[in-house]
Amino acid sequence: MYDTGKILGGLAIFVVLITAPAWYALATGHRGAPPKLELPAGADGKHCIESSSFMRAEHMQLLDDWRDSAVRGLDRDYLAADGETYRINLSDTRQSGACFRCHSHPAQFCDKCHAYLGVEPYCWDCHQRPGEK
Amino acid sequence: MKALVSLAAVLVLLLAAYVGVHLGDLRWLFGVVVPYFAAAVFLVGIVVKVIGWGRSPVPFRIPTTCGQQKSLPWIKQDKLDNPATGWQAMGRMALEILAFRSLFRNRETVLRDGQLAYRTNKWLWAAALAFHYSMLIIVLRHLRFFFAPIPRFVDVLTNVDGFLQVGVPGIYITSFVFLGAVTFLLARRLGWARMRYLSLPADYFPLFLFLAIGCTGLWMRHIDKVDVSQVKAAVMGLLVLAPHPPAVGWIFYAHLFCVSTLLAYFPFSKLMHLGGVFLSPTRNLANDNRARHHVNPWNRPLPVHTYAEYEDEFRDRMREAGLPLDKE
Repeated sequence: MYDTGKILGGLAIFVVLITAPAWYALATGHRGAPPKLELPAGADGKHCIESSSFMRAEHMQLLDDWRDSAVRGLDRDYLAADGETYRINLSDTRQSGACFRCHSHPAQFCDKCHAYLGVEPYCWDCHQRPGEK
Repeated sequence: MKALVSLAAVLVLLLAAYVGVHLGDLRWLFGVVVPYFAAAVFLVGIVVKVIGWGRSPVPFRIPTTCGQQKSLPWIKQDKLDNPATGWQAMGRMALEILAFRSLFRNRETVLRDGQLAYRTNKWLWAAALAFHYSMLIIVLRHLRFFFAPIPRFVDVLTNVDGFLQVGVPGIYITSFVFLGAVTFLLARRLGWARMRYLSLPADYFPLFLFLAIGCTGLWMRHIDKVDVSQVKAAVMGLLVLAPHPPAVGWIFYAHLFCVSTLLAYFPFSKLMHLGGVFLSPTRNLANDNRARHHVNPWNRPLPVHTYAEYEDEFRDRMREAGLPLDKE
């Protein structure tokens, strides 16, 4: 074999790079299990406005739609899939559809999955996080 | 026809994932067995292929020379296009691998007013560069599913890629550059008679496969969203050898099956230029055939009989015959 050192060296770099995630997970013991969420205290055992599987996949789209309908369309009523109507809001906790009524501690709920999946939403660039001044 | 065969093959892959996961319950097959198998074929296949190439002899240097060779001191050498030393050859390789130097030199032949003419054509170079770099960024972005915690550079890359902040979840620039470049590379083969003539199913198949991977990926992110935390948990499960397929829709499995096919197909296809470009003897060797003496390495050691020895052996007879002698 010609240039054995260079070829085998290059192959070794390739194999290490490709398998790096596995070695990293095995070496650090971070098994990458999804984070355990602390369910909101004010929920009274009640589910969110939609099913949790829907919320997991679609909450960002829902928030976007709410922004459009409430702020731009002045329509603050949201008809959920189960037939119940919620009053669209984020922070006014007297309203039935206010997210922060239950989700008052983003650090124990929102942020965990976002950090786990490398999602950095820019909500808080402008909006104030609940419970913070 | 050749394109249709490849398109049909990719559609069969998508259909297999649909039938297997949506109609049947083959999540273990598509989510665990196939990815493991594909990753093994990919790794072992590439290693075997590269070692096989490494074993083939390169007794003589055959670099293509694209500039002035090193010559007399007052003649300027083109160091990157005609390297004379190993370091210069490395510079040439870096330019080739990172900037696709030889595609940049692409020229096309045209008839202009009945005369043969050559003109530069940078479209292939530009599309290839866009395709490869957007694919690199997309692969690096996917590392968020492979590391916990996620390395900082992946977050930074993701934010830069998504800085347009259009829609939720936000679009990435590279997604569209990737699909656009693949579409161009496909249209180039389909819409140009000369290219269509020399394209084979093996040329179309990877392009259709990349399109399918890109489209299923975008579909999952922007249209029929999947629960990504389940996906990440499943990926991490595969990594630490505690596999469990995620309970998500068939689109994810179609995406994964196409990627698995790509990986398993990789070592046996033109895609092996990933390793091959490093081992191209027309690119990676210094052009020093005239400066250095290259001995064919498999020459057998022959018993050497020099003229001095010959004369020693036959001196008497040579003298009798009146032949001239070096040594009397």
